[in-house]
Amino acid sequence: MPTSQHHHERIVQGFHAIAPAVDFCSLRLMRTQSQYLSVRQNILQPVSTSDDMGAMITVIDKGGLGYAATSDLSETGLRHAAAHAHAWAQRSAGRSVVDFSAVAFPHPSGSYTSPVQQTWDSLPLADKIDLLRTTNARLKTDDRIVDWEASLWHTDSETLFVTADGGQVQQHFSYLVPMMSATANAGTETQTRTFAGRGYCRQGGMELLDQCAFRDAAPHIAAEALELLLAPNCPTGTMDVLLAPDQMILQIHESIGHPLELDRILGDERNYAGTSFVTRDMFGTYRYGSELLNITFDPTRPQEFASYAFDDDGQPAQREYLIRAGVLERGLGSTTSQARLGLPGVANARATSWNRPPIDRMANLNLEPGQSRFADMIAAIERGVYMQTNVSWSIDDSRNKFQFGCEWGRLIENGQLTTVVKNPNYRGVSATFWRSLKMVGASDTLEVLGSPYCGKGEPNQVIRVGHASPPCVFANVEVFGGE
Amino acid sequence: MQEYFYQLADRLTALLQGKEIYTCTFDAEESDFVRFNRSAVRQAGTVTQRSLSVNLIDGQRHTHGGISLSGDWEEDHAHLATLVTNLRAQLPYLPDDPHLLYATEVHSSEHAGENRLPEDTNAVIASILDAGRGRDLVGIYAAGGIHDGFANSFGQRNWFSSYSYNFDWSFYHQGDKAVKCAYAGLVWNPSEFAHKVATATEQLAVLAQPPRTIAPGRYRVYLAPAALADIVGLLSWGGFGLKDHRTKQTVLLKMAEEGARLHPAVTIQENIADGVGANFQEAGFIKPDCVTLIANGAFRDCLVSPRSAKEYGVPTNGASGGEMPDALDVAGGSLPESEVLRQLDTGIYINNVWYLNYSDRTACRMTGMTRFATLWVENGVIQAPLNVMRFDETLYRMLGENLVGLTAERELILDSSTYGGRSTASSRMPGAVVKDFTFTL
Repeated sequence: MPTSQHHHERIVQGFHAIAPAVDFCSLRLMRTQSQYLSVRQNILQPVSTSDDMGAMITVIDKGGLGYAATSDLSETGLRHAAAHAHAWAQRSAGRSVVDFSAVAFPHPSGSYTSPVQQTWDSLPLADKIDLLRTTNARLKTDDRIVDWEASLWHTDSETLFVTADGGQVQQHFSYLVPMMSATANAGTETQTRTFAGRGYCRQGGMELLDQCAFRDAAPHIAAEALELLLAPNCPTGTMDVLLAPDQMILQIHESIGHPLELDRILGDERNYAGTSFVTRDMFGTYRYGSELLNITFDPTRPQEFASYAFDDDGQPAQREYLIRAGVLERGLGSTTSQARLGLPGVANARATSWNRPPIDRMANLNLEPGQSRFADMIAAIERGVYMQTNVSWSIDDSRNKFQFGCEWGRLIENGQLTTVVKNPNYRGVSATFWRSLKMVGASDTLEVLGSPYCGKGEPNQVIRVGHASPPCVFANVEVFGGE
Repeated sequence: MQEYFYQLADRLTALLQGKEIYTCTFDAEESDFVRFNRSAVRQAGTVTQRSLSVNLIDGQRHTHGGISLSGDWEEDHAHLATLVTNLRAQLPYLPDDPHLLYATEVHSSEHAGENRLPEDTNAVIASILDAGRGRDLVGIYAAGGIHDGFANSFGQRNWFSSYSYNFDWSFYHQGDKAVKCAYAGLVWNPSEFAHKVATATEQLAVLAQPPRTIAPGRYRVYLAPAALADIVGLLSWGGFGLKDHRTKQTVLLKMAEEGARLHPAVTIQENIADGVGANFQEAGFIKPDCVTLIANGAFRDCLVSPRSAKEYGVPTNGASGGEMPDALDVAGGSLPESEVLRQLDTGIYINNVWYLNYSDRTACRMTGMTRFATLWVENGVIQAPLNVMRFDETLYRMLGENLVGLTAERELILDSSTYGGRSTASSRMPGAVVKDFTFTL
């Protein structure tokens, strides 16, 4: 249920009444309502709903910045929060990483609404449960399927961003995350296959289920879990890999997205999420990948999970190339990071909720399609592995040495898909890996995916990210399997 | 705060109709967060948050709902009434839940921590900035009250509150070479903090040596307590829960099904009695002081949530829904900490590891990176920092056949994570000397 316009107006009026006379002051109100439905082994799991609302007031004064977050949205509550934020700004003045008063924050005006054709509430609760029951039952195809689950996670989120000098932005997001999994076991061998991990997460309504073929996926997932039980381990060796979009999103996220975050390059994350092998001087000249590599930051793509019109600093969002024809052009840095580093960036100041301050995040980070047909990519590989669906991810704190694993693999021999293999893993180094990109799927192979869980920041924040990618071929990759 | 929660619980009782019952949990915190980079303040602020989660039950039907609370009684009361109405409206559409289990015996408890945090936050900030003067300090100071409550319509009331600080920081030498530090507790003691800073400064000097790079291969290593905490902590993710065991998804399946064993020196417990968090969970069950998970290298018991208990017909041991430990405790061994370098002889002293994940769940093989101060040691003498290395090793090798010894001394490690709210999880860990530890990249 959306927050009423009257409620918003009351809070805006309350904010303007209490905003202190400082260099800059803003209020960011956020209300998030969600419902999680799951059927496991034909039994409805506890239905869970939540409704969370609060606001953060940010004050910049005499070079210092402070914030205070509260769920007390009365005028008194906002006044207390503003006083706290002002006190923190005063404490940090002259001791901060930058003179925040010298940073030109926007004073925006506008709105955004996720595209929704069929709302979550338009389908009655009983019907949604029936859908999950049916889907869940279709996962249990064999006695060796020992666990099976289907679920839907829906979230409505409203944000209101107001600046003391008249800026105002309202954004309304609708998110849907459909999930299912089947786990097969024989002896001490257990294999799980999922619906692209949680990758089919997008903005929109129930129409997304048709777009990702949620209703039809169960038998295929169960069959592949069973197939993996009998499969040999992925071979060890240096060979080509063809990565499906539901693995490419992780590859992009970890070894392009995070290293290009300007706050990491500035060192903010060194005590937690880490630093970056990318340095300031690389922008404009560094060859990140082969000429086939084109990466965009694109919060304007309809339905992608982290689309928006304004970031949480109120900066208008637009599509930007970060890497073009393999060369690094631009980093993922918001207004503050751009000012600190003296580099162009993007509108990516994002906070997970009202109780955390905005920091540099990825939003939608996409690998632009190339020219290759899927069949041609297979045909071009003499010896390699086709890998689907990320299951394991690990990368060093400079975002360089990585090792990733997938749920399902299939050998490619002499241009043909052959034996299914289990535990396909590969490792590499970001700084050189992308230069081995040798084929990129055409636009008809591109999939729009994402993740609800990207962790970063102190205090910690988990946030939604979107990634669109075609399948890609990489040459001479170190591949291996299980024990 | 406690009284406010109990008033809400009483109000919730009054809102029930017919044979309805409820369980509910309360979470709140007032936290100061001051983030530092390059010995300056990056972001500073205060977060005040309160939330209530209700499970409305009618027979075997039930449904959960959570709301944030403003702290204003009239507003929160109205919000609560709306929540109950909405939950009640869902119940007719829900089937009976055969796995529903909640505590019916009343076990009320109260742990109200005393607030001994510094009144003058400015002084703490100043001392941190002083510590960073002339150095490259990055990290976060988090401090304030944490409050957890449970109530049900049978009259059970549980309360836990604590007032703590956790300053989690690093001194950087350059690049990725740094000393990772933590100073956490209930009373900020300037001299204790100064001692921590002095110790870290000494360690920082080692990082000034030119770093070494080693080839992939097998090396003798010392895993300091923080590193071992991350390795054993990964087992929390799918290792100990009954549901994971019964669905054959546990990464310890070879221990559970084939009797595979770790080294006899390895005993792992969920030691709530020595932890720093609440001992009650969301269905009202009280956690036992201790659950032994692995005893002398053999798998012993699972963590059993009420839901799994009902599903699999065994007693619950008060685990939360995720069946993950909150207070992991690895027993100490016989190796004196003072003997670690001599015992390591030539190899790698690993203070911290990073970004662990399973690379083969059946084999319980883990991959991850070294991070911060990882040091090359020759003949028992620290020689130089080591550039980061990737390891890929099974639990059965590193804490089984290749475990040389565990230190007698252990460290209490307070979880500094703040996802959603400040954590009250902890672990108590020795260090471990391991031979033939596999590095791959």
